[in-house]
Amino acid sequence: MLEIRNLHASVEEKEILKGIDLKVNAGEVHAIMGPNGSGKSTLANVLAGRPEYKVTAGEAIFESKDLLSMLPEVRAREGVFLAFQYPVELPGVNNTTFLRTALNEARKYRNQPEISAGAFLAMLKKKMQIVEMPDTLLSRAVNEGFSGGEKKRNEILQMAVLEPRLAILDETDSGLDIDALRIVANGVNKLRSKDNAVIVVTHYQRLLNYIVPDFVHVLYNGRIVKSGDKDLALELEDKGYDWVKDETVTAK
Amino acid sequence: MMAENTEIRNWYLNLYKDFENRLNGEKSRPVHKLRKAAIEKFAEIDFPNLHQEDWRFTDISPILGHTFAYAAKKATGSIRADELSPFLFGGMRGHTVVFVNGFYSRELSKPLPLPKGVVVGSLAEAMKEDDGSIGEQIAKRLDPGTDAFTALNTAFTVDGAYINLPDGAVVEDPVHFLFITTGDERLISQPRNLVVAGKNSQVRFIEHYIGLQPGVYFTNSVTEIEAGRNATVDGLKIQEENRESYHVATTAAFVENDANYKSHAVSNGAKIYRHNINVILGGEGGNTSLEGLYLTAGEQLSDTHSMIDHAAANCTSGEHYKGILDDKSRAVFNGKILVRQGAQKTNSYQENRNILLSNEAKVDTKPQLEIFADDVKCSHGATVGQLSKESMFYLRSRGVGEEQAKLILIYAFANDVLKSIKQDKVREELEHILSVRFLKGI
Repeated sequence: MLEIRNLHASVEEKEILKGIDLKVNAGEVHAIMGPNGSGKSTLANVLAGRPEYKVTAGEAIFESKDLLSMLPEVRAREGVFLAFQYPVELPGVNNTTFLRTALNEARKYRNQPEISAGAFLAMLKKKMQIVEMPDTLLSRAVNEGFSGGEKKRNEILQMAVLEPRLAILDETDSGLDIDALRIVANGVNKLRSKDNAVIVVTHYQRLLNYIVPDFVHVLYNGRIVKSGDKDLALELEDKGYDWVKDETVTAK
Repeated sequence: MMAENTEIRNWYLNLYKDFENRLNGEKSRPVHKLRKAAIEKFAEIDFPNLHQEDWRFTDISPILGHTFAYAAKKATGSIRADELSPFLFGGMRGHTVVFVNGFYSRELSKPLPLPKGVVVGSLAEAMKEDDGSIGEQIAKRLDPGTDAFTALNTAFTVDGAYINLPDGAVVEDPVHFLFITTGDERLISQPRNLVVAGKNSQVRFIEHYIGLQPGVYFTNSVTEIEAGRNATVDGLKIQEENRESYHVATTAAFVENDANYKSHAVSNGAKIYRHNINVILGGEGGNTSLEGLYLTAGEQLSDTHSMIDHAAANCTSGEHYKGILDDKSRAVFNGKILVRQGAQKTNSYQENRNILLSNEAKVDTKPQLEIFADDVKCSHGATVGQLSKESMFYLRSRGVGEEQAKLILIYAFANDVLKSIKQDKVREELEHILSVRFLKGI
């Protein structure tokens, strides 16, 4: 589904990603872990097309298409979804209208008819159960005045509505208490299928107790320095990131 | 500079002589004294210039570069009713009063039945039967010598919007005053509008300015509003002049005890637009709210100068203006709040927010608080910024295209000014203006 080769990217002239290689197949969950500043969020944002991030070398092929040449909105319509680390508040933009607009943009792109307000609302109500979201948040402005947990749940609700092929969760777990974490993780698990893939970017192993990954990659200093299965995450939890750092230095 | 102004001032003085000669019997009416006094005042004072504090960001010299003609003949016959339909808010139920080049058009107006004693229509028509009471109301709250534009408008007082509500009268349907400029000549229109609302009365009106063709013209209007005790007056000004024209306007409102004056001002047109809006809270318990939205692009200039005068205790005022600017356009917002000695328990807030869509657009925003009472609550704030990059990326990452994302954010920004407009059809039309403006325009 996604193949990243030798990806280099920089922000404000500073190189953050220094050659990432990663292959994600349909049905898989990949966890990207690593210490602060290792480039985890940069990778997530580069894949989603954040304009401030410049790709300087390498490529990312998504469903046989060149992902990196697409505008952010086209990536979304093609089925890439980024759950933001810090979801943005949009005062004056109604949450329901926003969700329906987003869905209809994707449907138009795929030559599907737009969904009516009534049909959309019925569908939305079902999706909201996945993230245990109260109705009241629908009539509010997008994320405005939402608690941290509500914001993250709203991200997963958007994901549920848009049904992406590839979902990238950028530190969706940070700042959540265990109840909110469980709700968010359950939501993600319910959306997993053999046809889609999830990349979970996280600093903590905790989330991976709930969203069990097929692969764990450790990102350090802009490169993937270690890959393994879910046990690698436990090992990291045990030994800390210094262990990987030391190993990297030794390997050099 | 001075010499040029002498020339244009002489032009208007001569225009006045012509105007006066055509008045004939009109000259015997009480209001004529006021005209004469105003033109004498006009002869004494110069047009504003950049050295004056209240005009330092607004260069009006392009307006003075034209010798505008006075529309002596009524042009009504040349307008077909269907040309107006785009400006009638989708057939909204209301009293429609049309003015063409400053003059009332009976043919184009569509009155509805009114409660007993209520007058809604043309000032000229009303003055035909004036016993002197209308004459007394004109310039009651606005000194003709305030500036040259006001003096000029007062000197040319002949027609304009007129509402008179006896005590307790309630006009349910909105009153839509549509001011049209049309014709090939470079014209000046000077509507003189007057709204007098008696005790416990209530009315909503719309002052709507449009140009039917391209070409330069000048609207120089004055609107006076008197909200009597416990009256509710709700005024909406929509300035949709063509983009070559000039529009200078003064709104002067006086709010009595427990009365409510609400104003919305939406401007989209004109090359140079200047709106002075002055509200005097003259009786205890009065309340005013001024909301505004200005949209500019190209080389347009939009300037709002407001003055809220808290002259009595226990009054509240709220002011909320927003601007969206593109290209090399400019906007000025100057909000003065004066709390006089004795105006205790005043509660006042003011807010001005702007979005610049281009690096070359510019806003000058300035709050001015002068407080002479000690038990008051006043707040103000101003911001100038761009559309948030974060918000743009968030929308785009959900599949919304760049242009639409921009529009969504602009709507959201403008929405809190528009949402308090009570007539759905008017609000929808304004939202439409917004979308046309920002989908194609820029």
